[in-house]
Amino acid sequence: MSTPVTTASRPAPATSGAQGSAPRLRGPRKRTEGRLPRRSVLLTVLTGLVLLYSLVPLAWLVISATKTQEGLARSFGLWFSGDFALWDNISETFTYNDGVFTRWLLNTVLYVVVGAGGATLLAVLGGYALAKFTFPGKRAVFAVIIGAVAVPGTALAVPTFLMFSEMGLTNTPWAVIIPSLISPFGLYLMWVFATEAVPDELLEAARIDGASEVRTFFQVVLPLLAPGIVTVLLFTVVATWNNYFLPLIMLKDPDWYPLTLGLNSWNAQAATAGGEAVFNLVITGSLITIVPLIAAFLLLQKYWQSGLAAGSVKE
Amino acid sequence: MRMNARRLLRGIALVSALTLGATACGGSDDSAAEQKPVSAKDIDAALKKGGTLKVWAWEPTLKKVAADFEKEHPKVKVDLVNAGTNADQYKALQNAIAAKKGVPDVAQIEYYALGEYALTKALDKLAPYGADKLAGKYSPGPWNSVKSGKDVYALPMDSGPMAMFYNKKVFDKYKLKVPTTWDEYVKTARDLHKANPKAYITADVGEGGTATSMLWQAGSRPYKVDGTKVKIDFSDAGAEKYTDTWQKLLDDKLIAPITGWTDDWYKGLGDGTIATLTTGAWMPANFVSGVKDASGDWRVAPLPQWTEGDTTTAENGGSSLALPTLGKHKELAYAFAEYANAGKGVQTRIKEGAFPATTADLESDAFQNTAFPYFGGQKANKIFAESAANVGRGWSYLPYQVYANSIFNDTVGKAYVSGTKLADGLKAWQDASVKYGEEQGFTVEK
Repeated sequence: MSTPVTTASRPAPATSGAQGSAPRLRGPRKRTEGRLPRRSVLLTVLTGLVLLYSLVPLAWLVISATKTQEGLARSFGLWFSGDFALWDNISETFTYNDGVFTRWLLNTVLYVVVGAGGATLLAVLGGYALAKFTFPGKRAVFAVIIGAVAVPGTALAVPTFLMFSEMGLTNTPWAVIIPSLISPFGLYLMWVFATEAVPDELLEAARIDGASEVRTFFQVVLPLLAPGIVTVLLFTVVATWNNYFLPLIMLKDPDWYPLTLGLNSWNAQAATAGGEAVFNLVITGSLITIVPLIAAFLLLQKYWQSGLAAGSVKE
Repeated sequence: MRMNARRLLRGIALVSALTLGATACGGSDDSAAEQKPVSAKDIDAALKKGGTLKVWAWEPTLKKVAADFEKEHPKVKVDLVNAGTNADQYKALQNAIAAKKGVPDVAQIEYYALGEYALTKALDKLAPYGADKLAGKYSPGPWNSVKSGKDVYALPMDSGPMAMFYNKKVFDKYKLKVPTTWDEYVKTARDLHKANPKAYITADVGEGGTATSMLWQAGSRPYKVDGTKVKIDFSDAGAEKYTDTWQKLLDDKLIAPITGWTDDWYKGLGDGTIATLTTGAWMPANFVSGVKDASGDWRVAPLPQWTEGDTTTAENGGSSLALPTLGKHKELAYAFAEYANAGKGVQTRIKEGAFPATTADLESDAFQNTAFPYFGGQKANKIFAESAANVGRGWSYLPYQVYANSIFNDTVGKAYVSGTKLADGLKAWQDASVKYGEEQGFTVEK
C-alpha cells in the first residue's frame, strides 16, 4: 500500500529542489530501519487521500475506455456499463481515419527519441563540463541557466513560432524537435549531480594514467552519472511526450501531429457541424497514450530514485 | 491607452494582416491592385496542367468531394488538411498570413468570421473568377453573407436556417404541446421543469453565435457596417423582445447550465435532460453520430415565432470556402471551391449529411422528400427549406465578430450565472465591442 504512495508523491519535491529535500526524506528512514516503524493514523489517512486523488482519474479513464460511445452517455462514470467494448475501442482507435493514430504514435516516439534523447545528451555533456572544468564566463552561464529554468516554455512559444516561420521550419518535425533539445532544468540537475557524483581525485587519476578527456568521459564519468542521466531522461521524456502548446502552434499538418494534438482534434470533432463525436476513441486513445509513460516510470523507478538522492549526501 | 498583452498581440496580427494586404496589392503579380479576370479557359488549362492544392477545412464531407475532384482531374492533388475547428483554424490562418508562409490555397471560413478577412484584404475577390454569375444559385441568406459591400469574397458551402429540434418522447410523456411562439416556449419550459425538475427546455450557458441568431430572428439589427465605419446598438425593439423572453427563462432557472458540444451536452440530448434545441439545419448529422441512443425520439418543428402566425427565421452557423490572397494555384483553388459548393460536390455533400445553400437543391423534390429515420421518418428538409426561404433580411456581422463572440461570455455570460440582467449584459457587450473596434482603428458610432 505504501509503495505506490511514495512514488506517486515523489515528483513534487523533485521538481521544487531535489537536492535539498530528497536526503532529508531518506536520511531518517534509514536510521529507523532497525527499529519498529512508527505508525501515524493521520499520515496514513493523508497518504490514503493522496492515493485516492491520484488514482481516481486513472480509474475513470480505464473504466471509461471499456464503454461504447452510447455507453459513455448512458452509465455512471466510475462504474462499468453493460457492454465491454475495450477491445473494439482499441482496434477502432488504431483503424479510425485510415489508422492516423498509429502515425501520431510514431510521431510522438520520434519527437521523444530525438528531442528528449538529444536534450539528455546535451544536458549530460554540458552539466559535466560545467561541474568539472573552470573557464571564463562560467558564472554568466550559471546565471543564464537559472534564468532559463524560471522562464516557462509556453511564454517562448510564440516568439519561437515567428522565428521558425522566418526560417521556414514551421509545419516540419524540426519545429517540435529543436526547442525540445533544450532543457535548462536537466542541465542544472546534471551539473549539480556531476559535481557530487564524480570525485575530482578519480579524474586526476585517470589523467595521470594517460587517458584522454574523451576516454575519461565515456569510460569513467558516464557510468558514475548513470542514475542522474536516467532522471534527466525521464524528465525530458515526460515533458516531450506531453508537449501540447508548442506543437499546437507549430504544426498544422495532422500528419505531423503528436498524440496530444491528435487526440484534441478528435475531441474537437464533436463540436462542429456534421462532425462525428468519437468520445470513446478519445478516451481509449488517451489510455493508450499514458501506458508507455507509466511503463517507463515503473521500469526506471529504481534508477531515478537513487538518481535524486545520490550526489546529495556528502561522504 | 493601455493595452494588455493579448490585445496587443491581436492588434499586431490585425495590423500585420492589414499591411500584408496592402503590400500584396501593390507588389505581387497574381494579385495586383485590380485582380485580373480569370476565364473559364484559364481554369480548364490549369486543371489540365495539374498541381497540388492545399485546402484547410474541418468540414467532414469535403473528404469525399476532394477524392471525387481528384478522380475527375487526375493531375490535381487535393491536400485536405484539418488545421483546427472554427476559432483554432482562424488563429492558424492569421498566423500563417502574418508570417506570409504556409497560407492555404483554399480556406473554410464561417460566415460570421468572413468580414474580418474581407476587410483586411486577406482574401481574393471572386467576381473576377466568375463568381458573380452564381448569385442566382444560392439562397439569399448565405449569398449576402459572403458579400462585403459589392464584392464577393467566398462561395457559400452550407447554410444553417434555424428550426426547433424537440424530443418528442419527453413532450409526449409530460403531455406538452410543441410551442409555436416564444411565449408558448417559456410556458412549455415552466411546465416541463415542474413536471420533472431534472428536465430543461434547452441548454445554454451564453454563446455569442446563438444569441446573435436569436436577435436576428427577433428583428434586431445591432450591427451596421460600412467599410471601416461600424455602428453597434443593442437597444432596438427586437433586442428588447429577445432579452425580455430569455430573461424569464433565466430568472426561473429553466435553462440547463450545460455548455454546448461537450460530452455532457450530447448526454443531455440523449437522455431527455435537454428537451429542445433551436439551431441550424446542419444539426441532423450531429444527432445521428453523437446521440445514437435517442434515435426516433427527436422531431423537427419550425422555429417558434415572436408574433403568432409569422414565419421569420434566422441563420445559425454555416460556412464558405474562400481563396486567401497569399495562396497559390488560384485557378485550381477556384475550380475546387466551385466544384464543392456549386457543382457536383453539392450533391455528394448532401448525401453525406450536409445542408446545402443552393436553391435548386433546397427546392428539389428529392431533397424535400428525404425521410430521416432518425426523426421517425419525418421529412425534415421541408421545414428547413421553408426556414431558408424566410430568413430575415439585412443582417450583418461585425468585421471583428470572432473577437466579439470570444468576449460574449465575459459580458452577457454573467446574466447566466449571477443576478446581472441580460439587457445589462448586452449593454456591456456593446461597450466592450465598441472599445475594441476603436482600438483597432474602426470608426465606431454608438
